[in-house]
Amino acid sequence: MAEATGIKEIIKPENLVYKKTKIMTDNVLSYCPGCGHGTAHRILAEIIEEEGLQSETIGVCPVGCSVLLYNFLDIDWQEAAHGRAPAVATGIKRLLPEKFVFTYQGDGDLAAIGTAETIHSCNRGENILIIFINNGIYGMTGGQMAPTTLPGMKSSTSPYGRDIATMGNPLKMTDIVATLPGTYYVTRQSVHTPANVRKTKKAMKKAVQYQKLNKGTCFVEIVSNCPSNWKMTPTQSNKWLEENMLKYYPLGDLKTPEEQPA
Amino acid sequence: MEKELRLMKGNEAIAEAAIRAGTDGYFGYPITPQSEILEYLMTADPMKTTGMVVLQAESEIAAINMVYGGAACGKRVMTSSSSPGISLKQEGITYIAGAELPCLIVNVVRGGPGLGTIQPAQSDYFQATKGGGHGDYHLIVLAPASVQEMADFVEVAFDLAFKYRNPAMILSDGAIGQMMEKVWLSPQKERSKIVPEWATVGKPPTRERNIITSLDLDPNAQEVFNQKLVAKYNEIREKEVRYEEFQCDDAEYILVAYGTSARVCQKSVQLARAQGIKVGLLRPITLFPFPSKRLNELADRVKLMLSVEMSAGQMVEDVQLAVNGKVPVYHYGRMGGIVTAPDEVVENLKSKITGG
Repeated sequence: MAEATGIKEIIKPENLVYKKTKIMTDNVLSYCPGCGHGTAHRILAEIIEEEGLQSETIGVCPVGCSVLLYNFLDIDWQEAAHGRAPAVATGIKRLLPEKFVFTYQGDGDLAAIGTAETIHSCNRGENILIIFINNGIYGMTGGQMAPTTLPGMKSSTSPYGRDIATMGNPLKMTDIVATLPGTYYVTRQSVHTPANVRKTKKAMKKAVQYQKLNKGTCFVEIVSNCPSNWKMTPTQSNKWLEENMLKYYPLGDLKTPEEQPA
Repeated sequence: MEKELRLMKGNEAIAEAAIRAGTDGYFGYPITPQSEILEYLMTADPMKTTGMVVLQAESEIAAINMVYGGAACGKRVMTSSSSPGISLKQEGITYIAGAELPCLIVNVVRGGPGLGTIQPAQSDYFQATKGGGHGDYHLIVLAPASVQEMADFVEVAFDLAFKYRNPAMILSDGAIGQMMEKVWLSPQKERSKIVPEWATVGKPPTRERNIITSLDLDPNAQEVFNQKLVAKYNEIREKEVRYEEFQCDDAEYILVAYGTSARVCQKSVQLARAQGIKVGLLRPITLFPFPSKRLNELADRVKLMLSVEMSAGQMVEDVQLAVNGKVPVYHYGRMGGIVTAPDEVVENLKSKITGG
């Protein structure tokens, strides 16, 4: 009893330092333990709440692990076909130019099957936010090689490691879109440590605020993990990400409004 | 406001009618023989007058997905293409059908398969009426036979699409798209300000979030949804069949033809009747729903039906199903971009009458 009273003391409102954002629903996340998606979702949800954008937001889900994203954030959603989210978002934003429209896509969705939609939406400077979760693998279908899979990295369709001579090099889509005049803010972040989570939130907040200016496409890559398909524990996967993924995909802003081409 | 008379190509008529019908958005990609639709809209620049969005996409795939996005916001949006481009759009179309979104897709058909030819054909009938993409679904399919109907069917198609929350298609062909005729254009309508309750426009505190999706991982729930679609298609079959009859009252033989072939067959009926053969024409205006019931009734009092199509014989299967063996049903048609000639139809009909 004494212990229960103690907990009651602790959970008094004035002691609360952390709580669920209103934009997150009560649905149970469908992700594996240690997956970065949940953190990325929460960052986005917090920002939508803090910016007061719930009634202004239309999100576009991808096909991939986050295909059920519409169950987790309490906003209006459209589910796109695999890779087509930027085209769907283009349709929404052109017809509702005052709304906040974003896509949330994995690497297979954005950098393989949706390459054309990604590049052309950015090239037209569609006033949308593209959130790109890069974990170097196809997660939902069970760990196949993605366009972003690192050289030598093993997957179910590169069981001896990615051979760049026959399978090509990892595609750095974020670097590519940063070269297009249509993009306004392009950044690469990660969520593998608390410090990086905070940095990602700052970058994402900037992206959302920039997006409201309607000055071009904002593009946020989040380098993430896939403990299940990398066949690692969550801790191992974050260490591996730090040591391997970040060498190929270095973190930081690739393009800021201050550094726009003339 | 009175209607306005103009001399236009079928493709131009669709474009102008789209503006006047209060369309909110058009997303297209060039392909012969329908590029005039995109060109006309870009030249007319309706953003400055009605606020209609016109955008050239990077591909037919992107265009149909832009339509998906716009339609899911409750807007009147459309795309157009020709056969190879419509094949590319099939992925988007099945998602649109699965998400129950209203929109208009125009197919100005050219001959196939593959790149085929840029000349007119009616060889996309199966694709248009049986679904086209994967999964159990149907489009509402309207088949214009004149430039006037190219214009008129834009509004008809949008109204049906919104009534049933279902994609609608205007199935035209390169002949009707390219030919010039006089057309009466309706006065300019305001774009609708109605926001359907299912539309994704941003979630206010007063309602649950709207989710536009075609995904349901629970097989029981997915089957319930499939049954809902079936019920919708059955209602469309019951209520929305449109067709036109030409000299069918005393006919002993019936030609069944739509679009360009129906125009040809109108002449064939006259030629045959001049030779004393009592022929009538049934022109399906909706290809889905198909006028099966009417064809079955006619089969009780005619000797033979001939489906005339610019294809290897596609609609003929629906005619056969409709008459259910009551009378012989044959097919005649040219392919490869060749438009059937009226006298060829008469000669073929005569051979079927005598040869059985």
